[in-house]
Amino acid sequence: MTATAVADERLARVSPVNRALKRPEVGALIAALAIFVFFAVTTDTFATPAGASTWLQTSSTIGIMAVAVALLMIGGEFDLSAGVMTGFTGLVVGVLTTQYGLNIWVAVLVSLALALCVGFVNGLLVIKTGLPSFIVTLGTFFVLQGIDVAGTKTLIGQVAIQGMKKVPYYDQPHAIFGSTISIGDLALRVSVLWWIAVAAVATWILLRTRVGNWIFAVGGAAHSSRQVGVPVGNTKIGLFMATAGCGWLVGMLLLFNTSTVQAGTGVSQEFIYIICAVVGGCLMTGGYGSAIGAAFGALIYGMANQGIVYAGWDSNWLKAFLGAMLLIAVLLNEWVRKRAEETR
Amino acid sequence: MTGEERVTATGKRIGRVAREYATQQAREAANGKPEAPAAPRSPVPAGARSAALPPRGTPIIEVEDIGKSYGRVIALREVTTSVKAGEVTCVLGDNGAGKSTFIKILAGAHQHTEGRFVVDGEERHLSNPRDALALGIATVYQDLAVVPLMPVWRNFFLGSEPVKGIWPARRMDIEFMKQTTRKELLAMGIDLRDVDQPIGTLSGGERQCVAIARAVYFGARVLILDEPTAALGVKQSGVVLRYIAKARERGLGVVFITHNPHHAYPVGDRFMLLRRGRSMGDFPKSGLSLADLTSMMAGGAELESLAHELERSMGASSDVVEELMADVEGEKR
Ligand SMILES: Nc1ncnc2c1ncn2[C@@H]1O[C@H](COP(=O)(O)OP(=O)(O)O)[C@@H](O)[C@H]1O
Ligand SMILES: [Mg+2]
Repeated sequence: MTATAVADERLARVSPVNRALKRPEVGALIAALAIFVFFAVTTDTFATPAGASTWLQTSSTIGIMAVAVALLMIGGEFDLSAGVMTGFTGLVVGVLTTQYGLNIWVAVLVSLALALCVGFVNGLLVIKTGLPSFIVTLGTFFVLQGIDVAGTKTLIGQVAIQGMKKVPYYDQPHAIFGSTISIGDLALRVSVLWWIAVAAVATWILLRTRVGNWIFAVGGAAHSSRQVGVPVGNTKIGLFMATAGCGWLVGMLLLFNTSTVQAGTGVSQEFIYIICAVVGGCLMTGGYGSAIGAAFGALIYGMANQGIVYAGWDSNWLKAFLGAMLLIAVLLNEWVRKRAEETR
Repeated sequence: MTGEERVTATGKRIGRVAREYATQQAREAANGKPEAPAAPRSPVPAGARSAALPPRGTPIIEVEDIGKSYGRVIALREVTTSVKAGEVTCVLGDNGAGKSTFIKILAGAHQHTEGRFVVDGEERHLSNPRDALALGIATVYQDLAVVPLMPVWRNFFLGSEPVKGIWPARRMDIEFMKQTTRKELLAMGIDLRDVDQPIGTLSGGERQCVAIARAVYFGARVLILDEPTAALGVKQSGVVLRYIAKARERGLGVVFITHNPHHAYPVGDRFMLLRRGRSMGDFPKSGLSLADLTSMMAGGAELESLAHELERSMGASSDVVEELMADVEGEKR
């Protein structure tokens, strides 16, 4: 909005198209369009409203996490406990309501508080010990995974929550987290709206607020940021808590969408989030990336995931596809970084 | 704990103090009276620093027989010099001469153990960099504290971003930030093509200049530059030297640390030579030629023998040898 006010006449030759091509999310956007066109042409169901609502739903829950993980990655950290968090938060609500008869809203809030605590602990451990977040959150990942399975088995004697629908006031959180909105033929899951909202808010924070400035700075050069007064520790802890908070949101979306949750929910999804963030233009080394790009990355995942089914291929091709996307994205991002950092 | 670590530890506070200081200066300028510093909420006004600058030639910092020992190691002793508004004081010396120790005292990172340290006519013992910043003494260290991948304008205001609007719509005043960055750099003779480019794409000299401009903008009256030209090529050094001259023109006092007399001489008004922790004197420019300065730094005889030694090993046509020979000749004259 301000580029014209301060632009130099020597820049007049750079076209808006060229400018846009330098954004980190452009690669993911182009890839998403290509994949859409490919499956729309090669399969019958993909581009129908019914087909679209399916891959949008898959994209949405992955996308919310990918956006959070992207912010964290820009801030220079990873969170391997992000996937299992989506199962953990759902299980907490399920166990507290079906087994202990706790009010469903109270259970939802308790679950949020627990998630934020785990995020805080993740952040605090990383800041205080100076250990790589990869190791610290690998620890929390296993702890949560153990609690999910063993805890659920111990408390309710099985590995899945049942009878959620009979819990009093189930309809209220269900309306917020699990309802479906019909737009013409398109049955849109409410999670898609959450996804769009999370991506929009994250983009706003990243590009327009001082906290966004700090996120880029702590990921790009923590030492220098500290020297000029950026609250490095608080920024990173905040990012871990935001990621855990998004894990809770997705946990609620999954729980109230299907009215059940498995003890193993979310395990192994953490790498999908990271792949989506990297495909969306985030540097593994921090300091560079985009929230909206991660949302596109999740869209690519959702479309490929469903498109492969519609095309009648072996679903394991998805893995090969994801791996290839990741490698291409990493190479592309590395090239972008070199160009951005090179001294002239 | 090295000085750098110490700075890091207090860095968080430094940024905040710089911000508070700039706001306070602006308030004083507006009200004509000092006020207790408050957490700034509004953008720092552009005229922040001008209110605090004393008339040209007024001593801001004076040190008398200052000394510093680290336990039994005497790193610095009997150093006397002054930093005046609108003048550049060069501190010259070889590695280990005590230059860093000296500027760390000025910057408040270390306390002196002997002598008098006077700021604005008042004797001071600075206990941390925060105190120094509150007095308008800002230090630009060699690592510059910039984030390479971030645009110039984001770097310029990093840690002190001006905001507008009410939460949750509170946001950075991006237009103000971009315009100010451009204006401040332009005022110091750096005409950036695009403040949106990552600061890592600037040349080393330009980056140094942005770091200096930032310190100036956030209220510095005295700028301490730790070997700003050490890592730069000839041309880039020229950019920084021009910039130092510009800061002097604006009426700031500058302390320029270097081991290169060829860099110090053109911009310096006063030269303080350090050798093995002792001051070899504090000279105004009028009483000193470049040749004097060079030979004093290396010690005349040592320099000549070095020149001959290098001539044997590298050949007389080498630039280094030619430069050295010229210095030796200059000294004999
Ligand atoms: N923290 C310290 N403890 C002990 N000795 C020190 C310390 N810092 C510097 N010195 C000594 O003081 C002398 C001057 O060092 P310094 O000021 O860093 O020199 P310069 O910056 O000119 O290269 C050196 O001999 C150095 O070993
Ligand atoms: Mg030194």
